Amino acid sequence: MAEAITFYTIAACILGFAALVVTTKDTVHSVLFLVLDFLFVAALYVMLGAQFLAAIQILVYAGGIVVLYLFVVMLVNLKRAPEAHQDPHRLSKLGFGLACAVLIELGVIIVSGYMKAPPAALAAPAVLPVSGNTEQVGWLLYTSYLIPFEIASMLLLVAMIGAIVLAKREL
Amino acid sequence: MPITPTHYMLLSAALFIIGVIGVMVRRNIIIIFMSIELILNAVNINLVAFSSQQHNVIGQVFAVFVIAVAAAEAAVGLGIILAFYRNKESVNIDEMNLMRW
Repeated sequence: MAEAITFYTIAACILGFAALVVTTKDTVHSVLFLVLDFLFVAALYVMLGAQFLAAIQILVYAGGIVVLYLFVVMLVNLKRAPEAHQDPHRLSKLGFGLACAVLIELGVIIVSGYMKAPPAALAAPAVLPVSGNTEQVGWLLYTSYLIPFEIASMLLLVAMIGAIVLAKREL
Repeated sequence: MPITPTHYMLLSAALFIIGVIGVMVRRNIIIIFMSIELILNAVNINLVAFSSQQHNVIGQVFAVFVIAVAAAEAAVGLGIILAFYRNKESVNIDEMNLMRW
């Protein structure tokens, strides 16, 4: 029961703040709602027993990426409203309707699929030589997933150089 | 009623669609980038929910990779926004039609 109350509260906050991010007129407010949304997603990770990922979520998303967004919003001081000019060929309403249709479709598929075939018996959990969430994630990252881990670090390096080159005033 | 992975999948689908609506309807490119972050978060919720259901941490490892890619995407995307703003004094995607046709 307590689990259900926690889940529904967190889910309502996540969806509500996400809707506010998308609908708010002021971009700065939108970024602040995004921080709250990320914090509630981190709370959901804690509820699911993924404490390490919750810490990463707060450090990287709420701490790093959102600060980057705030910097850009402050740097780009908008003299005229960003939504002023509208392309007449743009079909916003059609896009909205199609997205809602996809949501209904996904909901029907998920619910009916679950009703027809309840989840199969759990596979035997992988036996790792360490216990504790952070230790397990670290063990997998540095053994089975070492090469993807190194590729991710290269990707971050390339993205960093690319961002510097793009944001530089003159090459 | 216990909370099953179905609940997490429905939450994730709803968050995903909110992100998609943001990408389709808004014209401010900064908001569009934030909607993309929401979409990536929806994916992460799914990965972590199944990882928790299967008692297997591999899903969380993949979520770490998704977060790394999201950070790279945000850095490059915001660099593009700044470069575009310097040229056109605007963040409206309806004015970004330089390479359209």
